[in-house]
Amino acid sequence: MTDTTDNLHVMNRAALTKRLVAGLKNREAVIGGIGNSNWDLWGADKTRGENFYMLGSMGLAAPIAMGVALAQPKRRVFALEGDGSLLMQLGCLSTIAAQAVKNLCVVIWDNGIYQITGGQGTPAAAARTDIVAIARASGIAHASWAADEAEFDALIAKALATDGPHVIGVKIDNEPGRNQTDRDPIRFRESFMRAMAQPV
Amino acid sequence: MTSAEGAPATWHAILRQALKDNDVRLVTYVPDNVLRPLLDGIHADPFFTAFPCAREEEAVGIVTGATMAGMRGVVMMQTSGFATLPNVLASLPVAFQVPVVMVVSERGTMGEFNPGQAIVCRTMRPILDSMGIEHHTMTRLDEAAFMADRTIRQAFATRWPACLIISPLLSGGRK
Repeated sequence: MTDTTDNLHVMNRAALTKRLVAGLKNREAVIGGIGNSNWDLWGADKTRGENFYMLGSMGLAAPIAMGVALAQPKRRVFALEGDGSLLMQLGCLSTIAAQAVKNLCVVIWDNGIYQITGGQGTPAAAARTDIVAIARASGIAHASWAADEAEFDALIAKALATDGPHVIGVKIDNEPGRNQTDRDPIRFRESFMRAMAQPV
Repeated sequence: MTSAEGAPATWHAILRQALKDNDVRLVTYVPDNVLRPLLDGIHADPFFTAFPCAREEEAVGIVTGATMAGMRGVVMMQTSGFATLPNVLASLPVAFQVPVVMVVSERGTMGEFNPGQAIVCRTMRPILDSMGIEHHTMTRLDEAAFMADRTIRQAFATRWPACLIISPLLSGGRK
Protein backbone atom coordinates (compact mmCIF):
# COMPACT_ATOMS: atom_id res chain seq x y z
CA MET A 1 0.00 0.00 0.00
CA THR A 2 1.35 3.38 -1.03
CA ASP A 3 0.36 6.50 0.85
CA THR A 4 1.98 9.29 -1.12
CA THR A 5 2.39 10.26 -4.74
CA ASP A 6 6.20 10.16 -4.55
CA ASN A 7 7.80 7.53 -6.79
CA LEU A 8 4.58 6.37 -8.39
CA HIS A 9 5.12 4.48 -11.62
CA VAL A 10 3.10 5.97 -14.49
CA MET A 11 0.92 3.23 -15.95
CA ASN A 12 -1.43 2.75 -18.89
CA ARG A 13 -5.21 2.85 -18.48
CA ALA A 14 -6.04 0.50 -21.36
CA ALA A 15 -3.57 -2.13 -20.17
CA LEU A 16 -4.73 -1.95 -16.54
CA THR A 17 -8.42 -2.02 -17.49
CA LYS A 18 -7.76 -5.16 -19.50
CA ARG A 19 -5.88 -6.64 -16.56
CA LEU A 20 -8.69 -5.78 -14.13
CA VAL A 21 -11.51 -7.13 -16.27
CA ALA A 22 -9.63 -10.34 -17.10
CA GLY A 23 -9.32 -11.09 -13.39
CA LEU A 24 -13.04 -10.78 -12.59
CA LYS A 25 -14.57 -14.23 -12.07
CA ASN A 26 -17.80 -13.60 -10.15
CA ARG A 27 -19.91 -11.38 -12.40
CA GLU A 28 -18.59 -8.23 -10.77
CA ALA A 29 -20.21 -5.03 -12.04
CA VAL A 30 -17.91 -2.42 -13.62
CA ILE A 31 -19.14 1.12 -14.21
CA GLY A 32 -17.06 3.11 -16.69
CA GLY A 33 -16.90 6.90 -16.35
CA ILE A 34 -17.32 9.35 -19.21
CA GLY A 35 -14.95 9.22 -22.20
CA ASN A 36 -11.69 7.33 -22.05
CA SER A 37 -12.50 5.36 -18.88
CA ASN A 38 -15.49 4.00 -20.77
CA TRP A 39 -13.71 3.45 -24.04
CA ASP A 40 -10.93 1.41 -22.49
CA LEU A 41 -13.53 -0.65 -20.62
CA TRP A 42 -15.25 -1.27 -23.95
CA GLY A 43 -11.87 -2.18 -25.45
CA ALA A 44 -11.12 -4.57 -22.60
CA ASP A 45 -14.21 -6.73 -23.23
CA LYS A 46 -17.22 -5.30 -25.02
CA THR A 47 -19.09 -8.61 -24.74
CA ARG A 48 -19.22 -8.41 -20.95
CA GLY A 49 -22.80 -7.69 -19.81
CA GLU A 50 -21.70 -6.58 -16.34
CA ASN A 51 -19.99 -3.50 -17.83
CA PHE A 52 -21.98 -0.26 -17.85
CA TYR A 53 -20.91 2.58 -20.13
CA MET A 54 -22.01 5.98 -18.88
CA LEU A 55 -22.73 8.66 -21.46
CA GLY A 56 -22.66 12.30 -20.39
CA SER A 57 -23.20 12.52 -16.65
CA MET A 58 -19.59 13.43 -15.85
CA GLY A 59 -18.65 12.49 -12.30
CA LEU A 60 -21.39 9.93 -11.71
CA ALA A 61 -19.50 6.65 -12.23
CA ALA A 62 -18.92 6.23 -8.48
CA PRO A 63 -22.50 7.14 -7.45
CA ILE A 64 -23.95 4.76 -10.08
CA ALA A 65 -21.63 2.02 -8.81
CA MET A 66 -22.66 2.82 -5.24
CA GLY A 67 -26.32 2.35 -6.19
CA VAL A 68 -25.58 -1.03 -7.77
CA ALA A 69 -23.59 -2.03 -4.68
CA LEU A 70 -26.41 -1.03 -2.30
CA ALA A 71 -28.97 -2.96 -4.33
CA GLN A 72 -26.82 -6.09 -4.47
CA PRO A 73 -24.61 -6.41 -1.37
CA LYS A 74 -23.24 -9.80 -2.49
CA ARG A 75 -21.90 -8.51 -5.80
CA ARG A 76 -18.57 -6.67 -5.95
CA VAL A 77 -18.86 -3.41 -7.85
CA PHE A 78 -16.12 -1.29 -9.44
CA ALA A 79 -16.26 2.30 -10.66
CA LEU A 80 -13.56 3.39 -13.13
CA GLU A 81 -13.36 7.17 -12.92
CA GLY A 82 -11.03 9.87 -14.20
CA ASP A 83 -9.45 12.42 -11.88
CA GLY A 84 -11.19 15.33 -13.66
CA SER A 85 -14.53 13.57 -13.40
CA LEU A 86 -14.14 12.84 -9.71
CA LEU A 87 -13.22 16.49 -9.12
CA MET A 88 -16.72 17.36 -10.31
CA GLN A 89 -18.32 15.20 -7.63
CA LEU A 90 -15.91 15.00 -4.69
CA GLY A 91 -18.83 15.01 -2.26
CA CYS A 92 -19.69 11.47 -3.32
CA LEU A 93 -16.63 10.23 -1.43
CA SER A 94 -18.24 11.38 1.84
CA THR A 95 -21.53 9.77 0.84
CA ILE A 96 -19.77 6.47 0.09
CA ALA A 97 -17.86 6.67 3.38
CA ALA A 98 -20.99 7.56 5.36
CA GLN A 99 -22.86 4.54 4.04
CA ALA A 100 -19.77 2.32 4.44
CA VAL A 101 -20.52 0.48 1.20
CA LYS A 102 -18.54 -2.73 1.75
CA ASN A 103 -18.69 -4.15 -1.77
CA LEU A 104 -17.61 -1.03 -3.66
CA CYS A 105 -14.22 -0.15 -5.15
CA VAL A 106 -13.52 3.16 -6.92
CA VAL A 107 -10.50 3.15 -9.24
CA ILE A 108 -9.26 6.65 -10.09
CA TRP A 109 -7.28 7.04 -13.32
CA ASP A 110 -5.20 10.15 -12.64
CA ASN A 111 -3.36 11.78 -15.54
CA GLY A 112 -3.94 15.36 -14.36
CA ILE A 113 -5.57 16.40 -17.61
CA TYR A 114 -8.93 16.70 -19.32
CA GLN A 115 -7.69 14.39 -22.03
CA ILE A 116 -10.81 14.28 -24.17
CA THR A 117 -11.15 18.04 -24.52
CA GLY A 118 -7.57 18.52 -25.66
CA GLY A 119 -5.38 17.67 -22.71
CA GLN A 120 -5.80 20.82 -20.63
CA GLY A 121 -4.48 20.48 -17.09
CA THR A 122 -6.89 20.07 -14.18
CA PRO A 123 -6.80 22.55 -11.31
CA ALA A 124 -5.93 19.60 -9.07
CA ALA A 125 -2.81 18.90 -11.10
CA ALA A 126 -1.77 22.56 -10.93
CA ALA A 127 -2.26 22.53 -7.17
CA ARG A 128 -0.64 19.09 -6.72
CA THR A 129 -3.83 17.87 -5.05
CA ASP A 130 -3.56 14.30 -3.77
CA ILE A 131 -6.87 12.71 -4.70
CA VAL A 132 -6.29 9.56 -2.66
CA ALA A 133 -5.59 11.72 0.38
CA ILE A 134 -8.94 13.42 -0.26
CA ALA A 135 -10.64 10.02 -0.30
CA ARG A 136 -8.98 9.08 2.98
CA ALA A 137 -9.85 12.43 4.55
CA SER A 138 -13.43 11.88 3.37
CA GLY A 139 -13.57 8.82 5.61
CA ILE A 140 -12.56 6.02 3.24
CA ALA A 141 -9.84 4.24 5.22
CA HIS A 142 -8.94 1.77 2.47
CA ALA A 143 -7.66 4.35 0.00
CA SER A 144 -4.21 3.93 -1.55
CA TRP A 145 -2.11 4.74 -4.56
CA ALA A 146 -0.95 1.80 -6.65
CA ALA A 147 2.80 2.28 -7.07
CA ASP A 148 3.09 -0.13 -10.00
CA GLU A 149 1.26 -2.88 -11.87
CA ALA A 150 1.99 -5.51 -9.22
CA GLU A 151 0.60 -3.30 -6.48
CA PHE A 152 -2.47 -2.53 -8.63
CA ASP A 153 -3.11 -6.27 -8.89
CA ALA A 154 -2.66 -6.67 -5.14
CA LEU A 155 -5.05 -3.80 -4.34
CA ILE A 156 -7.69 -5.18 -6.72
CA ALA A 157 -7.31 -8.61 -5.07
CA LYS A 158 -7.79 -6.93 -1.70
CA ALA A 159 -10.91 -5.10 -2.96
CA LEU A 160 -12.33 -8.43 -4.14
CA ALA A 161 -11.61 -10.24 -0.88
CA THR A 162 -12.09 -7.72 1.94
CA ASP A 163 -14.73 -5.25 3.11
CA GLY A 164 -14.54 -1.75 1.63
CA PRO A 165 -15.25 0.79 0.49
CA HIS A 166 -11.94 0.79 -1.37
CA VAL A 167 -10.33 3.55 -3.41
CA ILE A 168 -7.34 2.84 -5.65
CA GLY A 169 -5.47 5.77 -7.22
CA VAL A 170 -3.41 5.12 -10.35
CA LYS A 171 -1.12 7.59 -12.10
CA ILE A 172 -1.61 7.03 -15.81
CA ASP A 173 -0.04 8.29 -19.02
CA ASN A 174 -1.67 10.54 -21.63
CA GLU A 175 -2.54 7.86 -24.16
CA PRO A 176 -6.10 8.42 -25.42
CA GLY A 177 -8.65 5.63 -25.38
CA ARG A 178 -8.18 3.36 -28.39
CA ASN A 179 -11.78 2.25 -28.88
CA GLN A 180 -14.98 4.25 -28.76
CA THR A 181 -18.14 2.67 -27.40
CA ASP A 182 -21.25 2.36 -29.50
CA ARG A 183 -23.66 5.15 -28.54
CA ASP A 184 -26.59 2.94 -27.69
CA PRO A 185 -27.77 3.64 -24.13
CA ILE A 186 -30.92 1.52 -24.30
CA ARG A 187 -28.94 -1.55 -25.35
CA PHE A 188 -26.32 -0.89 -22.64
CA ARG A 189 -29.01 -0.55 -19.99
CA GLU A 190 -30.80 -3.71 -21.12
CA SER A 191 -27.69 -5.87 -21.25
CA PHE A 192 -26.48 -4.51 -17.90
CA MET A 193 -29.85 -5.18 -16.24
CA ARG A 194 -29.95 -8.70 -17.69
CA ALA A 195 -26.47 -9.32 -16.28
CA MET A 196 -27.43 -7.86 -12.89
CA ALA A 197 -30.40 -10.27 -12.77
CA GLN A 198 -27.95 -13.20 -12.80
CA PRO A 199 -27.06 -14.38 -9.28
CA VAL A 200 -23.51 -13.88 -8.03
CA MET B 1 -59.69 12.47 4.88
CA THR B 2 -58.64 10.12 7.66
CA SER B 3 -56.35 7.11 7.91
CA ALA B 4 -57.55 3.65 8.96
CA GLU B 5 -56.76 4.48 12.59
CA GLY B 6 -58.94 7.56 12.43
CA ALA B 7 -56.11 10.08 12.62
CA PRO B 8 -56.15 12.77 9.93
CA ALA B 9 -54.16 11.68 6.87
CA THR B 10 -51.18 13.83 5.96
CA TRP B 11 -49.56 14.38 2.56
CA HIS B 12 -46.33 12.88 3.82
CA ALA B 13 -47.96 9.72 5.21
CA ILE B 14 -49.80 9.29 1.91
CA LEU B 15 -46.62 9.71 -0.12
CA ARG B 16 -44.67 7.35 2.11
CA GLN B 17 -47.38 4.73 1.66
CA ALA B 18 -47.39 5.17 -2.13
CA LEU B 19 -43.63 4.53 -2.18
CA LYS B 20 -44.11 1.36 -0.12
CA ASP B 21 -46.99 0.15 -2.25
CA ASN B 22 -44.71 0.42 -5.30
CA ASP B 23 -41.74 -1.25 -3.58
CA VAL B 24 -39.60 1.91 -3.70
CA ARG B 25 -37.08 1.15 -0.95
CA LEU B 26 -34.14 3.45 -1.60
CA VAL B 27 -34.52 7.13 -0.73
CA THR B 28 -31.67 9.54 -1.53
CA TYR B 29 -32.12 13.20 -0.79
CA VAL B 30 -30.68 16.62 -0.20
CA PRO B 31 -32.44 17.88 2.93
CA ASP B 32 -35.26 20.40 2.82
CA ASN B 33 -37.42 21.95 5.50
CA VAL B 34 -40.75 21.21 3.81
CA LEU B 35 -39.76 17.58 3.20
CA ARG B 36 -38.78 17.10 6.81
CA PRO B 37 -41.91 15.24 8.01
CA LEU B 38 -41.70 12.95 4.96
CA LEU B 39 -38.01 12.26 5.52
CA ASP B 40 -38.51 11.75 9.27
CA GLY B 41 -41.24 9.20 8.59
CA ILE B 42 -39.07 7.41 6.03
CA HIS B 43 -36.08 7.26 8.39
CA ALA B 44 -38.33 5.84 11.12
CA ASP B 45 -39.59 3.07 8.83
CA PRO B 46 -37.25 0.06 8.44
CA PHE B 47 -38.78 -0.65 5.02
CA PHE B 48 -36.61 2.13 3.60
CA THR B 49 -32.87 2.65 3.10
CA ALA B 50 -32.55 6.43 3.28
CA PHE B 51 -29.59 8.80 3.42
CA PRO B 52 -28.59 12.34 2.45
CA CYS B 53 -26.25 13.06 -0.47
CA ALA B 54 -23.89 15.98 -0.98
CA ARG B 55 -25.54 16.95 -4.23
CA GLU B 56 -28.71 16.13 -6.19
CA GLU B 57 -26.75 14.84 -9.20
CA GLU B 58 -25.12 12.24 -7.01
CA ALA B 59 -28.51 11.16 -5.66
CA VAL B 60 -29.77 10.63 -9.23
CA GLY B 61 -26.68 8.54 -10.02
CA ILE B 62 -27.16 6.32 -6.97
CA VAL B 63 -30.85 5.71 -7.68
CA THR B 64 -30.10 4.99 -11.35
CA GLY B 65 -27.52 2.36 -10.39
CA ALA B 66 -29.76 0.78 -7.76
CA THR B 67 -32.74 0.65 -10.11
CA MET B 68 -30.72 -1.11 -12.81
CA ALA B 69 -29.63 -3.63 -10.17
CA GLY B 70 -33.19 -4.33 -9.01
CA MET B 71 -33.80 -1.92 -6.14
CA ARG B 72 -36.28 0.86 -6.85
CA GLY B 73 -35.49 4.34 -5.58
CA VAL B 74 -36.61 7.93 -5.31
CA VAL B 75 -34.68 11.23 -5.18
CA MET B 76 -36.04 14.00 -2.94
CA MET B 77 -34.99 17.63 -3.13
CA GLN B 78 -36.02 21.29 -3.17
CA THR B 79 -36.79 23.30 -6.32
CA SER B 80 -33.35 24.97 -6.44
CA GLY B 81 -31.71 21.54 -6.14
CA PHE B 82 -33.73 20.28 -9.07
CA ALA B 83 -32.33 23.13 -11.15
CA THR B 84 -28.84 21.58 -10.86
CA LEU B 85 -29.99 18.42 -12.68
CA PRO B 86 -30.71 18.97 -16.41
CA ASN B 87 -27.46 17.48 -17.76
CA VAL B 88 -27.54 14.32 -15.68
CA LEU B 89 -31.27 13.77 -16.24
CA ALA B 90 -30.83 14.08 -20.00
CA SER B 91 -27.75 11.90 -20.24
CA LEU B 92 -28.53 9.25 -17.62
CA PRO B 93 -32.11 8.30 -16.65
CA VAL B 94 -33.73 9.80 -19.76
CA ALA B 95 -31.16 8.58 -22.30
CA PHE B 96 -30.93 5.12 -20.71
CA GLN B 97 -34.67 4.96 -19.90
CA VAL B 98 -34.30 4.26 -16.19
CA PRO B 99 -37.36 5.08 -14.04
CA VAL B 100 -35.90 7.50 -11.50
CA VAL B 101 -38.75 8.96 -9.45
CA MET B 102 -38.24 12.47 -8.10
CA VAL B 103 -40.09 14.30 -5.34
CA VAL B 104 -39.54 18.08 -5.33
CA SER B 105 -40.84 20.41 -2.65
CA GLU B 106 -41.82 23.57 -4.46
CA ARG B 107 -40.27 26.83 -3.32
CA GLY B 108 -40.29 30.14 -5.14
CA THR B 109 -44.01 30.61 -5.48
CA MET B 110 -46.99 31.73 -3.39
CA GLY B 111 -45.30 34.01 -0.93
CA GLU B 112 -41.60 33.42 -1.63
CA PHE B 113 -39.35 36.06 -0.07
CA ASN B 114 -36.12 35.13 -1.88
CA PRO B 115 -35.89 36.49 -5.47
CA GLY B 116 -33.40 33.77 -6.48
CA GLN B 117 -35.79 31.02 -5.44
CA ALA B 118 -38.65 32.72 -7.30
CA ILE B 119 -36.66 32.83 -10.55
CA VAL B 120 -35.24 29.32 -10.35
CA CYS B 121 -38.71 27.93 -9.64
CA ARG B 122 -39.85 29.09 -13.09
CA THR B 123 -37.21 26.88 -14.74
CA MET B 124 -38.45 23.63 -13.21
CA ARG B 125 -41.49 22.72 -15.33
CA PRO B 126 -39.93 23.85 -18.64
CA ILE B 127 -36.92 21.60 -17.90
CA LEU B 128 -39.18 18.64 -17.13
CA ASP B 129 -41.37 19.31 -20.18
CA SER B 130 -38.38 19.66 -22.50
CA MET B 131 -37.23 16.14 -21.63
CA GLY B 132 -40.68 14.61 -21.71
CA ILE B 133 -40.56 13.82 -18.00
CA GLU B 134 -44.11 13.47 -16.71
CA HIS B 135 -44.74 15.65 -13.68
CA HIS B 136 -47.72 16.30 -11.49
CA THR B 137 -48.14 18.99 -8.89
CA MET B 138 -49.76 17.74 -5.70
CA THR B 139 -52.02 20.49 -4.33
CA ARG B 140 -54.91 18.62 -2.66
CA LEU B 141 -55.02 16.01 0.06
CA ASP B 142 -58.00 14.20 -1.49
CA GLU B 143 -56.06 13.66 -4.75
CA ALA B 144 -52.68 12.93 -3.17
CA ALA B 145 -52.89 9.14 -2.86
CA PHE B 146 -54.17 8.61 -6.39
CA MET B 147 -51.68 11.02 -7.95
CA ALA B 148 -48.67 9.67 -6.08
CA ASP B 149 -49.48 6.00 -6.62
CA ARG B 150 -50.33 6.33 -10.31
CA THR B 151 -47.36 8.55 -11.14
CA ILE B 152 -44.90 6.18 -9.48
CA ARG B 153 -46.57 3.12 -11.00
CA GLN B 154 -46.45 4.61 -14.50
CA ALA B 155 -42.76 5.52 -14.17
CA PHE B 156 -41.85 1.87 -13.58
CA ALA B 157 -44.32 0.49 -16.11
CA THR B 158 -43.03 2.76 -18.88
CA ARG B 159 -39.36 2.88 -17.73
CA TRP B 160 -39.23 6.65 -17.71
CA PRO B 161 -38.37 9.19 -14.98
CA ALA B 162 -41.24 11.03 -13.30
CA CYS B 163 -41.55 13.93 -10.91
CA LEU B 164 -44.02 14.72 -8.13
CA ILE B 165 -44.01 18.39 -7.15
CA ILE B 166 -45.24 19.15 -3.63
CA SER B 167 -47.07 22.49 -3.83
CA PRO B 168 -47.21 24.89 -0.87
CA LEU B 169 -50.99 24.48 -1.23
CA LEU B 170 -50.54 20.92 0.06
CA SER B 171 -47.53 21.24 2.36
CA GLY B 172 -48.21 24.68 3.77
CA GLY B 173 -44.87 25.74 2.31
CA ARG B 174 -41.93 27.15 4.15
CA LYS B 175 -42.98 28.64 7.46
